[in-house]
Amino acid sequence: MSSELARYIGMRFIQFLVVVFIAVSVNFFIPRLLPGDPIESLIARLQSAGGSQEMDSQAIIDNFREKYGLDKPMMTQYLNYWRDLFRFDMGVSLSSYPQPVSQMIRQALPWSVGLLATATLIAFTLGSVLGALLAWPRSGRIIRTIVPTLLVLSTIPFYLLAMILIYLFAVLWRIFPPGGGASPTLIMEWDWPSFVNIVHHGMLPGLAIVLGSVGIWALGMRSQTVSVLGEDYITFAEAKGLAPRRIFLRYGMRNAMLPQVTALALSLGHVVSGAVLVEVIFNYPGLGALLYNAVRGQDYFLVQGVVLILILTLAVLLFIIDLIYPLLDPRIRR
Amino acid sequence: MNDGDKTRVLDVRDLEVHYDTREGPAKAVDRVSFSLRAGERLGLIGESGSGKTTVAMALMRLSRPPARIAGGEVLLADRDLLKLTDAELRQTRLRDIALVPQGAMSSLNPVMRVGDQIADAILAHRRDLNRKAIRTRIVEGLANVGLDPSVARRFPHELSGGMKQRAVMAIATSLAPKVIIADEPTSALDVVVQRQIIQTLGRLQDGLGAAVVLIGHDMGLIAQFSDTVGVMYAGRVVELGPVQQIIETPRHPYTRLLIDSLPGIRERKALRGIPGLPPRLVNLPEGCRFAARCPFAFDRCRAETPEQQTVASYHVAACHLYPQHDSLPPITASEDTA
Ligand SMILES: Nc1ncnc2c1ncn2[C@@H]1O[C@H](COP(=O)(O)OP(=O)(O)O)[C@@H](O)[C@H]1O
Ligand code: SF4
Ligand SMILES: [Mg+2]
Repeated sequence: MSSELARYIGMRFIQFLVVVFIAVSVNFFIPRLLPGDPIESLIARLQSAGGSQEMDSQAIIDNFREKYGLDKPMMTQYLNYWRDLFRFDMGVSLSSYPQPVSQMIRQALPWSVGLLATATLIAFTLGSVLGALLAWPRSGRIIRTIVPTLLVLSTIPFYLLAMILIYLFAVLWRIFPPGGGASPTLIMEWDWPSFVNIVHHGMLPGLAIVLGSVGIWALGMRSQTVSVLGEDYITFAEAKGLAPRRIFLRYGMRNAMLPQVTALALSLGHVVSGAVLVEVIFNYPGLGALLYNAVRGQDYFLVQGVVLILILTLAVLLFIIDLIYPLLDPRIRR
Repeated sequence: MNDGDKTRVLDVRDLEVHYDTREGPAKAVDRVSFSLRAGERLGLIGESGSGKTTVAMALMRLSRPPARIAGGEVLLADRDLLKLTDAELRQTRLRDIALVPQGAMSSLNPVMRVGDQIADAILAHRRDLNRKAIRTRIVEGLANVGLDPSVARRFPHELSGGMKQRAVMAIATSLAPKVIIADEPTSALDVVVQRQIIQTLGRLQDGLGAAVVLIGHDMGLIAQFSDTVGVMYAGRVVELGPVQQIIETPRHPYTRLLIDSLPGIRERKALRGIPGLPPRLVNLPEGCRFAARCPFAFDRCRAETPEQQTVASYHVAACHLYPQHDSLPPITASEDTA
C-alpha cells in the first residue's frame, strides 16, 4: 500500500512538473507571437516621460535587445528564459523602471497569499460546517436562519458588497480602514504592533471575501451532506446505536467533505481572479493589484511575471491538495 | 403459536408502517405479527416490494420519512422498542437487537478502517472497556465471521463483497445481541459465497444463542436456514409456520403458487412465474390483497380482509378458505387458466 502511495505521489509530481513546464513555455511564446515590440514601447515611454531627451534611443534599444537576447534565435531565447527564471530574473518593470519584476512580485506575494489564503480557508471551513449543519435534521432554528441569510449575501455582486462594507465599516462607523495593506507610517517589523496593524487593514477585504463566498461553500456542503446522510452507512451507524454527534462528524461530514475539497481545488482559479477585484477595490498591495496596474500600464514584463507566478502558485496549491486528498479518501491511493 | 411469553425474545404485534405519498398513505406493512423464541430462526420471504425491508427497519425503529410507523408494538423482553426514549433506543440497538442491513456492501463507512468501525460500535455501548479489551473483541469478532485479524486495518474498498458482508456481520454481533435481523445478507453475492455467508450466520447464531430473522426472496436459502417461515405478500404476513409444513403443505394460495413456481427446492431460484402484479398500496379497498391473482378467490375475498387463522399447530394463514377447509383444495383446471 505504501508503494501505491509512493506511485500516486510520484504521478502527481510529474503532473505538477508538466503543468509548470507548459505554463512557463506558454508564458514565453505568447507575447513573442503577438504583434508589437515591448522594447520599442519601453523606449517610447521612457522618452515621453521626459528627462533624457538626449538619449541615444537606438543605443538603448540595442542594449536591451542584447540584454534580453532578443537578437538571438528563438530557441536560444527560450533556453535563456529558463535560465533567467531559475535565477528569479524576470526582467525589469517598464512602468516602474528600472525596478526588477522579481522584486515587485516578492513584495506583493506575501500580501496576497496572507489575505486570500486566510479568507478563503475561513470561508471554506465556515461554509462547510454551516452547510453540513443545515442538512442535519437535528440542528436548530438558529442555523436555519443564519445560513440562508449568508446565502443571500453571496449573491450580491462582489463590488457592491465591498462598497457596502466600506461604507458601513470605514465611513459610517470607522472601525476598519477603507483600504491599504498597512498604515503608511508603520515601520514593518516581526512584532505585535505590525501584526495587529496588518490584520486590522485586512479585515474589510477579508470580510468581503468571506461573506461573498461562504454561502456558496455552505450550499455545496449542504447538498453533499444531504446525499451522504441518505447513504447506507449512515443508517448502519444508527443501527449500531452511535450518538448523533458521532454519526454527524465521523460518518456524515467526514464523507461530505471529500467533494468539497475537490471543489476547493477547482475554485482556486476563481480565488486568484477574485484577488484582482478585491485588491483593486481595497487598494491592497498584492499581486492582483500589481497585475491590474501592469495591464493598464502595458508593462509587459511585469504582466508576464505576475501571470507566471499566479499559475505556479495555482499549480503548487493543486499539488498540495492532491497530496492531502489521499489522506482524506483512502480510495484515491491508486 | 402459544408457548409461554417468557421465552419470547421478540414479539411483534400488529406492526403497521405507512409511506406518506401525495395520494395518501401507502400501507407497506399492515398488521404484521410474529414472535421469536431464544435461538429461533425465522425466515421472512416475499417477492421484491412485499415490505420485508420496511419491517426490518421498523424493528430497529430506523424508519425515516416518508416511512412512518403507524401502529403496533415491538416487544423486546417486554419493553416496547417503539416507546423508548432516544437514549434508551440507542442503548438497545446493537446490544439487544442488531441489524445486518440490506446492501451491506454500502453499509461500511468508506473512510474508516474496519477495525475502527467495530470499535465504534463497541465503544458506543461499553465505555468501561480499555483499548486492549476492545482490540481483543475486534479480533474475536472477526474470527467469528471467518475473517483474518489483519482485516481490522483495511478500508472497505480493499475488501471483496463477501468480506464486506462478513465485516458487517462482525459489527452486528459485536455485542452479542439477543435478536439479529439479517435483510437479504446474500443478495449481490455469487452462489458459492451466498452459501458460505448463510453458514457463517448459522454458526454465529448457534454461538450466541441469538434469535434470527433472515429476510430473503430465495425459498431455497430460506428453507435451508430457518425453523419457521413467514410469507409476506403486499405488506402482510399471509402465512407463518414450521418450514417443513410450509414447503410440503402450504395453506395459503400465494405460498402454494410460490412453491409451485420453483423448479425444485434444492435448486435455488428467485421467485417468479405467478401471473399478475401485487396491488398498489395506496387507497387499498377492503378485501384480500391477493384476490386479483388468486385462483381460489370468491366473493367474500373481495369484501372482507382475511385475518390470521390457526391452520395447524404453530401454523397460521390469512385466508378465507380457513377454517372451513383443512388444507388447500386442488387448483381446478378452469381456474388455472393464466
Ligand atoms: N420511499 C418510499 N416511498 C414510497 N413507497 C415506498 C418507499 N420505499 C418503499 N416503498 C414501498 O414499500 C413497499 C415495500 O418495500 P420494501 O420494504 O423495500 O420491500 P422488500 O424489502 O420486500 O423488497 C414497496 O411496495 C414500495 O413500493
Ligand atoms: S382470502 Fe380469498 S383471495 Fe385471499 S388468498 Fe384466500 S382464497 Fe385467495
Ligand atoms: Mg428489501
